[in-house]
Amino acid sequence: MHARADASTEQATSWPDEIFAILQRFEVRQVPYVPDAGHSQLIQRVLGTLSMRGIALTTEEEGVALLLGAWAGGERGVLLMQSSGVGNCINMLSLTQIFRFPFLTLVTMRGEWGEFNPWQVPMGTSTQAAFELAGVKVLRASRPDEVREVVEAAAGQAYNACTPTAVLLSQRLIGTKVFIR
Amino acid sequence: MSKANLLDRRQVVSALLADRKEALVVGGLGASTYDIAAAGDHDRNFYLWGAMGGAVMIGLGLALARPSLPVVVITGDGEMLMGMGSLATVALQKPGNLSIIVLDNEAYGETGGQASHTAAAADLVGVARACGIADARAISTLAEVEAFAAVMQDVSAGPRFASVKIDAANLERVLSSRDGMFILNRMRGSLGLKPI
Repeated sequence: MHARADASTEQATSWPDEIFAILQRFEVRQVPYVPDAGHSQLIQRVLGTLSMRGIALTTEEEGVALLLGAWAGGERGVLLMQSSGVGNCINMLSLTQIFRFPFLTLVTMRGEWGEFNPWQVPMGTSTQAAFELAGVKVLRASRPDEVREVVEAAAGQAYNACTPTAVLLSQRLIGTKVFIR
Repeated sequence: MSKANLLDRRQVVSALLADRKEALVVGGLGASTYDIAAAGDHDRNFYLWGAMGGAVMIGLGLALARPSLPVVVITGDGEMLMGMGSLATVALQKPGNLSIIVLDNEAYGETGGQASHTAAAADLVGVARACGIADARAISTLAEVEAFAAVMQDVSAGPRFASVKIDAANLERVLSSRDGMFILNRMRGSLGLKPI
């Protein structure tokens, strides 16, 4: 939804491509998302690829239900969202326990590293605990050089073991959003 | 609570599914699931007992994964109201094989019959059309239901949306399986998909 300062782009350009390559290797087809600046490069790659379908949502919980339907029909998916959207998903995450389907979500974090906007802090602070209360395993990547390894592990356990998994992509990794008047 | 001339929900759903062929059917939680079970259990029935507001999105995921098969979502007005944004998401994806039918009794029948928004103000057909689903219709006769059942088989002209005003009488519950793994793997098996 927001543009960020370019300060971190030199380092940041490669890890979204590494995520994209992992998703391709796992034959991910449906990619529901609510836009976030931290995911913008990955969303661009998804929308530019014939083997994947980027699906814009009106709210994040739609993506949880969508991924269940996709799996019932034989396709894998991944949900892209920002930490504030995790709270919107809570009841719908019940589906991951009832149906034990391969659920993977990649979450860009706000409210935890030099945040300017106080409204991002409450949900950013409770993102990990909210997932864990809902039965979703949480992995985190905080440095560019660990993103590939973490997302690969998360995709492996989600798709091979049907273990619902979230990867938190730290605000430190993405870069703090700068508000300029 | 019966009003004159309103359709019976069980009759509507059996007419919709009488000649379903290869269709995959998703039922929203509550009476819609019982109606689908009453029309006959089937490997390709996906029953929901929770996840209110999620029925249309499960249908969309299925429809995109299986574009050559008709996908039919049958749900109630309360469930649809909770997931109205998903109509906008569907309209953006334009799945030709997806049909959504709302059984509108203007009430939350499962919880004591409290009036829903459609009783006095909300027009779900208008919502669907305004979200970008061009084929959005209000249905009031059994002949229209039967015509819609035939159209559902066309996997190229959707998405389509229909709201059927039905009698608000609470009918005897016909309980489907509520075991998610059974329901999921049974549907996947019918599509030739194997367990992990």
